[in-house]
Amino acid sequence: MQKKGMYSVEDILQIQQVSKKYWSKQAVRDISFTLGPGKIIGLLGSNGSGKTTIMKMIAGLAQPTSGKIAVYGNPVGVETKSLISFMPDQPLTESWMTVGDALRFYSDFFADFDQAKAERMLDFMKLSLADKVRSLSKGMSERLQLTLALSRKASLYLLDEPLGGVDPVARTRILNALVEFYEEDSSILISTHLVSDIERIFDEVIMVKNGEMVMHGNVEELRLQHGKSMDELFREVFAEC
Amino acid sequence: MTIEFDNNLPIYIQIMNYIKGEIVTGKLKPGDKIPSVRELASDLQINPNTVQRTFQELERETIVETRRGMGRYVTSEEGRIMTIKKEMAKDVLDRFIRGMRELGFQGEDIVAAVAESVGHEDAEKGDV
Repeated sequence: MQKKGMYSVEDILQIQQVSKKYWSKQAVRDISFTLGPGKIIGLLGSNGSGKTTIMKMIAGLAQPTSGKIAVYGNPVGVETKSLISFMPDQPLTESWMTVGDALRFYSDFFADFDQAKAERMLDFMKLSLADKVRSLSKGMSERLQLTLALSRKASLYLLDEPLGGVDPVARTRILNALVEFYEEDSSILISTHLVSDIERIFDEVIMVKNGEMVMHGNVEELRLQHGKSMDELFREVFAEC
Repeated sequence: MTIEFDNNLPIYIQIMNYIKGEIVTGKLKPGDKIPSVRELASDLQINPNTVQRTFQELERETIVETRRGMGRYVTSEEGRIMTIKKEMAKDVLDRFIRGMRELGFQGEDIVAAVAESVGHEDAEKGDV
């Protein structure tokens, strides 16, 4: 598969035996997986399981201690920045900004930012350009961050805890937006510990526990195999802690 | 369209059964157009690939057919729809019979119990 004139590789993301140590703390231990295009993947784990570290390493914001990460065959680095849109769990916007400023800020930073799509999404999210970022509720702020991240034309979207601290109504709106605005040739990796609300939009799930990958599979196959929901499997995996 | 999903079962199978149900009860008629992947995915708030898989399976079972450039339609073969109805009836029966056997009923007793229940129902309807 040809993408943006680079290597012809079928997998969007390849992670090979990646480990990460912060001083003496082993955050991630020997993780390997690949992700294909056109998928929504859940990265599931409890707090401190290594989800954010994995996301940051894919985004190029943290260096693996060992192992390799490649996006369309390119090692993570300057070249892969334009292929990846990362939504961190801490907002990138400043408190003095309006929503309109935030959009301009993003479009200045990212050549692939699609202003028209961003405005359509804002409308869907019931946000307006004049809203002050400072006065947004937690749920509205998450909706803005998601709008900014998904309005870039990327191959891989990394959404770190997009549902954290968001009330059920806002959560539904975020899920609807994901289904509505997701581009089918890209993939979305979503980290979360809230599984039951979101499991219906996943193609695959990856479960990480204490920095190690304990499960990776197609959601429908896992349901067929275990006769259980992802939420139940998740609880089983983490009950052993 | 709304479906109460059970997350313990594959979603594509639940949508398949729902669509089959709509067809055998006549809510979807032979030759009716069915929604696109995108429409159904955002309607049901599920992954588009899951809907895609549902449609592939329905095509494989020749319940749905694709007309190039026009979309997907319910089969216009009435015979096929009768078969689906029979298959669905068989599923219901199998489950029922298994349940009755677990309760200790044998072949004749099951038939008698069914006949009695159906008789009651008809009598009640007669009273109204």
